[in-house]
Amino acid sequence: MSFSVDENGYYGRFGGAYVPEILQKNFESLRVQYLDIMNDPEFQREFHSLLRDYVGRPSPLYLAKRLSEAVGAKVYLKREDLNHTGAHKINNTVGQILMAKRMGKTRILAETGAGQHGVATATVCALMNMECIVYMGETDVKRQYLNVQKMRMLGATVVPVTSGNKTLKDATNEAFRDWCNHPTDTFYIIGSVVGAHPYPDMVAKFQSVISEEIKKQLMEHEGRDYPDYLFACVGGGSNAAGTFYHYLDDDRVKLVEAEAAGLGVDSGESAATIHLGSEGVLHGSRTLLMQTEDGQVIEPYSLSAGLDYPGIGPIHAHLAKTGRAEVLAITDDEAVKAAFELTQLEGIIPALESSHALAALHKVKFKPTDIVVLTVSGRGDKDMPTYLEYFDKK
Amino acid sequence: MNRINKLFAEKGNNILSVYFTAGYPRLNDTVEVIKQLSAHGVDMIEIGVPFSDPLADGPVIQNSSQVALKNGMSQKLLFEQLKDIRKVTDIPLILMGYINPVLQFGFEKFCQKAQEVGIDGFIIPDLPMNEYLQEFKPIADKYGMENILLITPETPEERIRLIDTHSNGFIYMVSSASTTGVQSSFAASKEAYFERIKAMKLKNPTLIGFGISNKQTFDSACNHSGGGIIGSAFVKALEENDSVVKAVEALISKLKN
Repeated sequence: MSFSVDENGYYGRFGGAYVPEILQKNFESLRVQYLDIMNDPEFQREFHSLLRDYVGRPSPLYLAKRLSEAVGAKVYLKREDLNHTGAHKINNTVGQILMAKRMGKTRILAETGAGQHGVATATVCALMNMECIVYMGETDVKRQYLNVQKMRMLGATVVPVTSGNKTLKDATNEAFRDWCNHPTDTFYIIGSVVGAHPYPDMVAKFQSVISEEIKKQLMEHEGRDYPDYLFACVGGGSNAAGTFYHYLDDDRVKLVEAEAAGLGVDSGESAATIHLGSEGVLHGSRTLLMQTEDGQVIEPYSLSAGLDYPGIGPIHAHLAKTGRAEVLAITDDEAVKAAFELTQLEGIIPALESSHALAALHKVKFKPTDIVVLTVSGRGDKDMPTYLEYFDKK
Repeated sequence: MNRINKLFAEKGNNILSVYFTAGYPRLNDTVEVIKQLSAHGVDMIEIGVPFSDPLADGPVIQNSSQVALKNGMSQKLLFEQLKDIRKVTDIPLILMGYINPVLQFGFEKFCQKAQEVGIDGFIIPDLPMNEYLQEFKPIADKYGMENILLITPETPEERIRLIDTHSNGFIYMVSSASTTGVQSSFAASKEAYFERIKAMKLKNPTLIGFGISNKQTFDSACNHSGGGIIGSAFVKALEENDSVVKAVEALISKLKN
């Protein structure tokens, strides 16, 4: 079975390009060019030198000894939290801004939920001197004051979105609408492995630097280049796609995804898309999404803004439905508890999103000799108010 | 001959097609809106099926969709409301909505129900030609449903030719690079685009939509194609008037003066 995208942009039944006619030309020209551009040695050189000198890659692969003891396996942390701007998001925005430049675009759009992708996009736009417009739900603008101020300081225009439920899904709708109005000069930097083909594949390829490094680093640490388990959290699924990428066809490696159960999978307040979703079309691709029986999209809930999305990248719908990946639903409480555990055992304050993956460690029965790699997708600075509120309650 | 082809064969130009969102402003206005539009000489009606995430629509239709959903509108309910619609009007009726609710309803069931109640075709803006041809066209053909495809100022000539080949009914010509919404006049660049398409001598007739709201824009559409499609301007009229009939009268008078 193949876990790569086919020529029509599908992963099994999922994917495709369900986009309005006005954007067909943009998607088509990106589709025919993206692989050639990405494979061009000059592009690769520029991309990798920015990842090294600007982002600070490779990110460390750190053997977490005390956490390993607590979990009962040998746990390595892939430290994406140490990247410039504090998360894996920057790997993708560096790649896409270079792509936009190659395609002659001058105006950049992005959507953002918690603000991490917005900050990562505003950052590379400042670096490349490009106009940057970030759509952000009005509710999130209020919740994520610091990231909004960072984006403004970086020179981006942050547009509060008041349509729909005023969160990530609506910000994405509004970014698409902007693109419909400015199809010629504008490039939309999508923040995850979602959207119409070729975005899911392009974003996965930019993020695949994570698994490429894991291979090399594990070889140095363990004398073998594969782990027994890979763990990552999934919202749209970009850090998971990057973590799994070079291991998708390696059956020795078990893939574990942690999605956000919110207050509980069956509580009605959840963002566990794979557990609760059914097949549908959202933001240009056929995937699993949370919807009513009439096909209206349901607003998800998670304490973690980065996982608060009603859809999932089509690659993850495929990995889950084929049984290639195991998907665990983690509640808000379990995630916060795991954040405190990592902080106290290892002195690392993880992002709330990554904490979902950490909590999932306790749900799998390991052999003591198992080698586990878990991607810490981001750092917890942005989540301090949430953590403190929980801490005070206890 | 189906009703769409018949309309273009018999009238050919100055065709007025009007869009409204089903279930807006009140849940049970659907039939009344169709009745009044038809009684006031509208040639064709696009019945909008509301969706929670209407990517290709501007603020007016987004808002009407949200209200309609809050009112309880659904694909299933719409077909119930339309069950006797052919006793009310004989003009072409087209369903317009996004692909996700259609998929949840079941594409074949959607076509079958549409045929049962007397619908002539559909417009699904996020179902592009390629995906349509591969999976959906044989089913739509089985039930005699015309899929109306769109072209825009960004659509390359080669693709326009393909769309023309795969269309039967008419081609929906989007006036500008935009989402739906009101524009007061058409810039010269648009006229050049309209002329470019006219010169291609497509086998299908075209109707111009997006941004048509008054006499000037409607006349321009009629001069460059078979006629015009009005959406947001009518939905706005429904919002601003306290009865359906007043909204229809307001729209018609705007197009005349």
